[in-house]
Amino acid sequence: MLIVDCEKCIGCGVCEENCPFGAIAVVDGCAVVGDGCNLCGGCVETCEVDALHIEGAEKKARADLEEWSGIWVFAEYRHGRVAPVAYELLGIGRQLADQRGVPLSAVFLGAGIEDQAGLLIAAGADKVFLVDDPFLEDYREDVYGRILVELIREHKPEVVLAGATAIGRSVIPQVATVLGAGLTADCTGLAIREEDGMLLQTRPAFGGNVMATIVCPRSRPQMATVRPKVMIPAEPDPGRDGEVVRVVPAAGLLSSKVEVLGSVQSEQDQVNIQEVEILVAGGRGLENEKGFELIRALAAELGGAVAASRAAVDSGWISYPHQVGQTGKTVCPKLYIACGISGAIQHLVGMQSAETIVAINRDENAPIFDIATYSLVGDLFDIVPLLTTRIKEGRGR
Amino acid sequence: MDILVCIKQVPDTKDIRLDPETNTLAREGVESIMNPFDRHALEEAVSLKEEHGGTVTALSMGPPQAETVLREALACGADNGVLISDRAFAGADTWATSYTLARAVETLGGFDLILCGKQAIDGDTAQVGPGLACRLDLPYVTCVQKTREVTADSIQVERMMDDGYDILRLPLPALLTVVKDINEPRVPSLKGKMKAKKAKIEALTAADIGAEKQFIGLAGSPTQVVNVFSPPPRGNRTMFSGTIEEQVSQLVEQLQPYL
Ligand SMILES: Cc1cc2nc3c(=O)[nH]c(=O)nc-3n(C[C@H](O)[C@H](O)[C@H](O)COP(=O)(O)OP(=O)(O)OC[C@H]3O[C@@H](n4cnc5c(N)ncnc54)[C@H](O)[C@@H]3O)c2cc1C
Ligand SMILES: Nc1ncnc2c1ncn2[C@@H]1O[C@H](COP(=O)(O)O)[C@@H](O)[C@H]1O
Repeated sequence: MLIVDCEKCIGCGVCEENCPFGAIAVVDGCAVVGDGCNLCGGCVETCEVDALHIEGAEKKARADLEEWSGIWVFAEYRHGRVAPVAYELLGIGRQLADQRGVPLSAVFLGAGIEDQAGLLIAAGADKVFLVDDPFLEDYREDVYGRILVELIREHKPEVVLAGATAIGRSVIPQVATVLGAGLTADCTGLAIREEDGMLLQTRPAFGGNVMATIVCPRSRPQMATVRPKVMIPAEPDPGRDGEVVRVVPAAGLLSSKVEVLGSVQSEQDQVNIQEVEILVAGGRGLENEKGFELIRALAAELGGAVAASRAAVDSGWISYPHQVGQTGKTVCPKLYIACGISGAIQHLVGMQSAETIVAINRDENAPIFDIATYSLVGDLFDIVPLLTTRIKEGRGR
Repeated sequence: MDILVCIKQVPDTKDIRLDPETNTLAREGVESIMNPFDRHALEEAVSLKEEHGGTVTALSMGPPQAETVLREALACGADNGVLISDRAFAGADTWATSYTLARAVETLGGFDLILCGKQAIDGDTAQVGPGLACRLDLPYVTCVQKTREVTADSIQVERMMDDGYDILRLPLPALLTVVKDINEPRVPSLKGKMKAKKAKIEALTAADIGAEKQFIGLAGSPTQVVNVFSPPPRGNRTMFSGTIEEQVSQLVEQLQPYL
């Protein structure tokens, strides 16, 4: 519970202003906490007279925190390749490991993947725990989860990172639940706190309008899923030394209640929009399915992929895996070109952390222009083809 | 087929304006709504019930006002609404939430299928569904975009992946989390609304569901928020002017690093 000490409170209102949930109000010179309080603790930090504290947060830490050591990365593998996010995790994992003075390990699960373990070492891993078994051909929550739990219990890493992908976000919560470990979803920043070596996990909350930094003070491992395309992969070094540890899972672990009947890779959706550097996105302004041809042509010219607003998806012009936003995907490309998208908050929360945003809209008051790096006011049916042509010409020169 | 749907009440981000100058939230008049993904979970439950018979129970953990979303669920076709509410639940992270929901499910008992939304839009964690399944020792699949054949003891589903979808069969009881693509939620009928208004919502406390103090609320949460701040403001913004030709030329100039 958030406790206010009215003796100390000077009614300055700093907490009221800073509360991201609008749950504090100063009444008669003292802060009053409302129902919206979710005990985030933001106010406690900002109070200059120490009038606020959170009660009930104290709980005995595990006795054995010190026994947990090393940084682990879950190296996701699917359809014949290591997921790009695995290299990004190794990039940040390497930094964290060096800062802590501990080894960096990758856990690599799949069927017939042995020859790719070296790639993970080249990307920064000191050790690869390789679990290579035909049974792991198909991804199944329960099997992957159990194997990870067993490995973590045996080796006790202090930190476990996974990509915030469909697979990462489905298997890791199970692992954290079983281990009683804290898990922070969808992190965009990771750092080591100097005083005590704890992992500071920063993530957007509340539709991306608030950032929160989270720690797991009492439990191990400290677990996080990390948003693709945010961390920078290390330059691969084929000469790096590392060890591949082959793990043979106990027979009991290789069984599942879930039966895989088939797997369909869609032609159109081959690229995962969370994993590309350039996205060209189309909205209702495209008017129909044919409008997306302009978007595709520009995307192709830029070597990027196609994204969309919900309005475009709901109109059936493009499939759901392309949807960006609150009920779609969160993306963080280097370049995001929004064409005929108004910039509703539900769309913005999915793309506002892109490095550069270009907005093309004929309505100069469209909210998308409030966050765009470069804004073009005009008809997209004129602008987009011209832009495509200009870029092509520029290349020819 | 007796189905349980987990529903969370969340603030409606549609009402939240982002002040582009200060990059802070303007929260006046923000309404609470049913988490959009949970609406799809509810719709799926109700249409499965219509096809195969059985009951639909909506379960929510939250403050007393979360009763509103349960009434809404009743109006959309759920048979029962159960609210677990207790001051001791405040500050729960996903670990403590899945523990609490699991206790409630065990207290209520006897479900063939549990449906959750893919994620709640306030936290976007997508962790409660898998966590709940794990605590109840149920097989689960996340991001279900379609339910297919249902038999007395199994269900076939399509799981959306980043590059397509998988077709899976699970034995019942099981837990699924659903994405928006799975269906088009109905609007409540007038009759449904009337019924929901009068219905009794069962309310349970921590003691009623036998939840242990050390595992609930803030005390039961392994994660702890240490800092909350506004995201860094976006850099400079440029609005090009001139004819379309001129604007495009200026843009191409600026985009050189990406070409
Ligand atoms: C619970 C909930 C969840 C949601 N989740 C999402 C989500 O995940 N993602 C998402 O995107 N939305 C989401 N939405 C919907 C969101 O609120 C908006 O309705 C949607 O983003 C609008 O899409 P749009 O910008 O393409 O369409 P519109 O808002 O209709 O905008 C079209 C724009 O195109 C411009 N335009 C039209 N013709 C031209 C032309 N010829 N040249 C140039 N410009 C032109 C117009 O000026 C206008 O600004 C959600 C809504 C709710 C309630
Ligand atoms: N307090 C809650 N009460 C009921 N269901 C919840 C609650 N929190 C989360 N859920 C369910 O878990 C799903 C995922 O939530 P989250 O892990 O918070 O993103 C939601 O879509 C709901 O179905």
